[in-house]
Amino acid sequence: MSDSFDQHLGSLRSVANMRAYRQELLATNIANADTPNYKARDFDFQAALENVKAGRGNFAMARTSPRHLKGDNVGGAGNVPAGVNVLYRSEFQPNVDGNSVNMDVERSAFAENAVQLETTLTLIQQEFHRMQTAIQGQ
Amino acid sequence: MSLFNVMTIAASALTAQSARLNATASNLANAESLTGPDGKPYKAKQVIFQAMPVTSDGSVGVRVAGVVESATPGRNVYDPKNPAANEQGYVEMPNVNVVEEMTNMISASRAYQTNTEIMSAAKTLMLKTLAIAQ
Repeated sequence: MSDSFDQHLGSLRSVANMRAYRQELLATNIANADTPNYKARDFDFQAALENVKAGRGNFAMARTSPRHLKGDNVGGAGNVPAGVNVLYRSEFQPNVDGNSVNMDVERSAFAENAVQLETTLTLIQQEFHRMQTAIQGQ
Repeated sequence: MSLFNVMTIAASALTAQSARLNATASNLANAESLTGPDGKPYKAKQVIFQAMPVTSDGSVGVRVAGVVESATPGRNVYDPKNPAANEQGYVEMPNVNVVEEMTNMISASRAYQTNTEIMSAAKTLMLKTLAIAQ
């Protein structure tokens, strides 16, 4: 029982981690909505989840020299959760100042991601409630 | 932790946008200032935004990289009675474009508003996270 419990909670945890990281990326995009030459970044959540499920989490490159590129936008590197591959958003309406942030896209993605994260947190909470019920036997 | 980083990022944006609003306020207040501290007409100031890491783990926020003075020439107004007028009777006014400043002001205040909303969303999620095992 505890095994399946761990497994379920583990996947919920990685989902919550990815959602929280996406929240951070979208906040960065919105914060830099007026920064010249800033390019909006995001990742494909579904693809990231598939990666985690298939056990392809860590894309960080092994560096044998400090002069090697860090490649810090891939899962497992820095604060990027496993399985995530951060990409640049394709431009919808090019801007003269080279900024590729589309406020409508970012804000709706932020709101959607917040709801998804909240859902994940509620699921985790319910998982704990189930555990409590099992312990108390009521 | 990512949600705390969201707060830091939004805070950096709030600081940057208020600096921009500050520059706009200064420009609008001095739209008619014929002489500044250096004796020359006031020059419009613009802030330059730059994306930069705000936390040790590489979360990217925004900061004001610098304040530059606009290089556009000031408009000349014919007013021979003004003590600041040149030999032809023209007075050089500040190069503040009021329309530009107003749009800048609206843009800055909207961006500020958006980032406060980001902060409150992050706060709600953090509280939700704290309530997990309750």
